[in-house]
Amino acid sequence: MEPYETRRSREAVEERNRVYGQHVKETMPKSNLLSGCIKAFLVGGLICCIGQGIRMFAAQSLMMDEQATNMFTCVVLVFLGATLTGLGVYDDIGRFAGGGSIVPITGFANSVVSPAMEHKREGLILGVGANLFKIAGPVLVNGITASVVYGVIYYLINLF
Amino acid sequence: MAKKVGNFTVALERPVVFRGGGAIVGKMEKQGPLGDYFDHVVQDDLWGEKSWEKAESKMYYEAVRHAVKDAGLMAEEIDLLAGGDLLNQLISAGFAARETEFPFLGLYGACSTMAESLIIGSMAIEAGFAHHVACCVTSHFSTAERQFRTPLELGTQKTPTAQRTVTGAGASVLSVSGQGPRITGCTIGKVLDYGIKDAANMGAAMAPAAADTIYRHLSDTGRDPGYYDAIVTGDLGIFGQQLMLEQLREKGMDLRDVAWDCGIEIFSQDQDPHMGGSGCGCSATVLNAYLLRRLREGDLNRILFVATGALLSPLSTLQGESIPSIAHGVVIERGDG
Repeated sequence: MEPYETRRSREAVEERNRVYGQHVKETMPKSNLLSGCIKAFLVGGLICCIGQGIRMFAAQSLMMDEQATNMFTCVVLVFLGATLTGLGVYDDIGRFAGGGSIVPITGFANSVVSPAMEHKREGLILGVGANLFKIAGPVLVNGITASVVYGVIYYLINLF
Repeated sequence: MAKKVGNFTVALERPVVFRGGGAIVGKMEKQGPLGDYFDHVVQDDLWGEKSWEKAESKMYYEAVRHAVKDAGLMAEEIDLLAGGDLLNQLISAGFAARETEFPFLGLYGACSTMAESLIIGSMAIEAGFAHHVACCVTSHFSTAERQFRTPLELGTQKTPTAQRTVTGAGASVLSVSGQGPRITGCTIGKVLDYGIKDAANMGAAMAPAAADTIYRHLSDTGRDPGYYDAIVTGDLGIFGQQLMLEQLREKGMDLRDVAWDCGIEIFSQDQDPHMGGSGCGCSATVLNAYLLRRLREGDLNRILFVATGALLSPLSTLQGESIPSIAHGVVIERGDG
């Protein structure tokens, strides 16, 4: 759309916006990267340690084989993530830890359970059903697409 | 009759009186610095309803009811209810208006809707179309989060420039006569867009609109910023207010001594609201509970109430559009008691 006011050309508006955008970018309050990284490292590391503990328990006490151990660990962590979401704790952890609690598989559980909780009032089929993967869906679609592309490239490289 | 002053400002010849008001807020707002001023507090997000949307609609209804009662009027005497909320198709306001059975104009100006409804209400009264107009807007943290952002229980961090949507409904009853603070003029805002695309930085998107409306208002009326005891913006937040002050300073206006912002006032920084409160309930509850009280008590004589709104939708953000913004100014004076 062209600016309605003939007094102001498109170039002038773009220049004005560029200068303003630059100024906003320079002066806006920014996240503290260092403390954010440390928090994410500590909480993310803790979740991984718990995961490792579950693995060891599965392998040594429950005598599971490699494959079953992997499955068992995932299932327990997803259960924990979902339960903490349901109890309203996981968002507090996330507010503190940021990426530290999003990246592990517990974050995936959180991203599925939180829309489910929110949309149950719109019904099971079109509410929960349609919105369950609202957050996780894009991750899955893009992740799987990326893995297919990666697989094709890997296959082509191995041909030569 | 009202007359046009300068290019954009309307002066009311016969001031319109704030005859009554009401404000309902959520728990966190009640715990904030202005907590003692609010009439009612909603202890939990659902307020006994089945959904947050229904709770928001109930807040709207209750705020209107409280304001009409406060004005000492019967329901039949209300000629018009004007206002809105932040949800798609204005369901909170529309559903509440179904219960009130008042003639209803649903308005959307994002977080600027309180000022928009006051302008429409006072113009209707000045023109003789109505004697008593109820103006009410509402916003709800939980409904706004799910519509504009992410599910509540999702464990993400907000950026430092984010703001917290206020859970609250504010209502005013404007009348052709009576005691109380009065509206003596208004400046209708223009939609301005300075190209900000970050929906988590609405203060920066709205600051130019606020600066422009204040500048045009003061130029039209030939007043200094010091003419007002306070020039109160809606929800610019800390960063947005700083940008607005800079823009006005460049135009030769120094507002540092009189600039207030409802978003900054409603929460304390200990409550972690980032840049401050937002949502149309923010300016509406602060106006009705706090500013009008201080005008009635005589602490303040004259304010310019400039509610600010960011006219974005989740769809426009996803499509990469920038955020058009608006700000409307309303002059409120103490009157003769």
